[in-house]
Amino acid sequence: MRIVQHPILTFARGKKISFTFDGRTLEGYEGEPIAAALHDAGVKVLRRSIRLSRPRGFFCAVGKCSSCLMKVDGKPNVRVCIEPLREGMRVETQRGKGELIERG
Amino acid sequence: MREVEIAIVGGGPAGLSAAGIALQTGATALLIDDGQHLGGQLVKQTHKFFGSKEQYASTRGIEIARILEKGLEGHPHLEVWLNSSAVGYYPDGVLTVLKDERLVKVKPARLIIATGAAEKMLAFANNDLPGVYGAGAVQTLMNLYGVLPGRRALMVGAGNIGLIVSYQLLQAGVEVEAVVEAMPKVGGYWVHAAKLRRTGVPILTSYTVLAAEGREWVEGAIICPVDERFRPIKGKEQRIEVDLICLAVGLSPLSELLWQAGCKMKYISQLGGFAPLRDGNMETTVKGVYVAGDSAGVEEASTAMVEGRIAGLAAATSLGYRIADAQRLKEGLWAELEMLRRGPVGQKVREGVKTALINQDSDS
Repeated sequence: MRIVQHPILTFARGKKISFTFDGRTLEGYEGEPIAAALHDAGVKVLRRSIRLSRPRGFFCAVGKCSSCLMKVDGKPNVRVCIEPLREGMRVETQRGKGELIERG
Repeated sequence: MREVEIAIVGGGPAGLSAAGIALQTGATALLIDDGQHLGGQLVKQTHKFFGSKEQYASTRGIEIARILEKGLEGHPHLEVWLNSSAVGYYPDGVLTVLKDERLVKVKPARLIIATGAAEKMLAFANNDLPGVYGAGAVQTLMNLYGVLPGRRALMVGAGNIGLIVSYQLLQAGVEVEAVVEAMPKVGGYWVHAAKLRRTGVPILTSYTVLAAEGREWVEGAIICPVDERFRPIKGKEQRIEVDLICLAVGLSPLSELLWQAGCKMKYISQLGGFAPLRDGNMETTVKGVYVAGDSAGVEEASTAMVEGRIAGLAAATSLGYRIADAQRLKEGLWAELEMLRRGPVGQKVREGVKTALINQDSDS
């Protein structure tokens, strides 16, 4: 959910764009962290822990804690709390450690 | 390899202030930050600051960030690298920076480490569930991006951050069910506590959180009073209905680069963890490596700005740059620090800083 009215702040939001999360089309604002757009859409579980497959979400918001690692456009271990959202991004829940991508 | 006069790691209040004064002397600086914007954590701080005019008292943190940044904008002797993480510092004085997915080598003549701090975790059952956040993360999400972290919150910790962020949650339209604090009294400033209390939010002292409940995310929390030795009192557990548990249980300095540089470190609980020993110039035990702000010991943005100026001034003058009345300026900055650290709230920090300061008499 977005904050619509705030006693102190106004929010300068970028262009409205769409992206996908596990195949589902969602909307967000260009340039905001991917995690902010996911939060707005009510997506709280961002990845599964490596051994026990426990749900993991947003925690530190500054790219330090590794809780929010996701697969973005095929690339694993992206810190979505600081990665800017772009049009058409393919965002996926990450399971396990993530695979290295071969560059062609 | 890029050679620079002064590299500053961290573009928060300390790093920006260090850059400002270094540029004033005529030195050139490279400011490196891993975020998308300068200002560090100031950019989400909607409350007004205390202190005196010099530290922008009664100005909101978000405005201070703009003022500091504006003062540097377009300066011909300043280069800013955003989205760039300083990941290593080597024995030959080379700093490696991850920039645009490439590792870039930088060789600074002087290095100022102003990397800030990270939130501490608290041990309780299910503390890894989504919906358990650091208080700073909640601030970022709400105040920077305008997204609500949840509907009903439990705040853990009644220090300044816990009190301020609770109030900001209310401002954003989130209900705060309670603030729990393990200590028998509120740790933060009385004005913040009073402001929150007036809104009807209960501040429960000698209370802790025992567990988060929920399958995929937080759906509730178990809170419980504790005895004088912080042991939960059996049979007094209560469940509260929340979807957000916010941790404000302190910060610890981000000290990786200081360790890599080989700076002598000391565990100083009053400063939040391991902190580097430093002298009156904020220079660490490794020559040419300076520290400022929360990475030197967790305090406030106001003291971080002053420490940044001390470090920036010292680094620049050690390179031969001159500024009128440098000695008087430095003494004035230390007097400001003393002023900001006085009173009962500053006692912990005063003790901590005293332990970390070395060679106080030497004046380089």
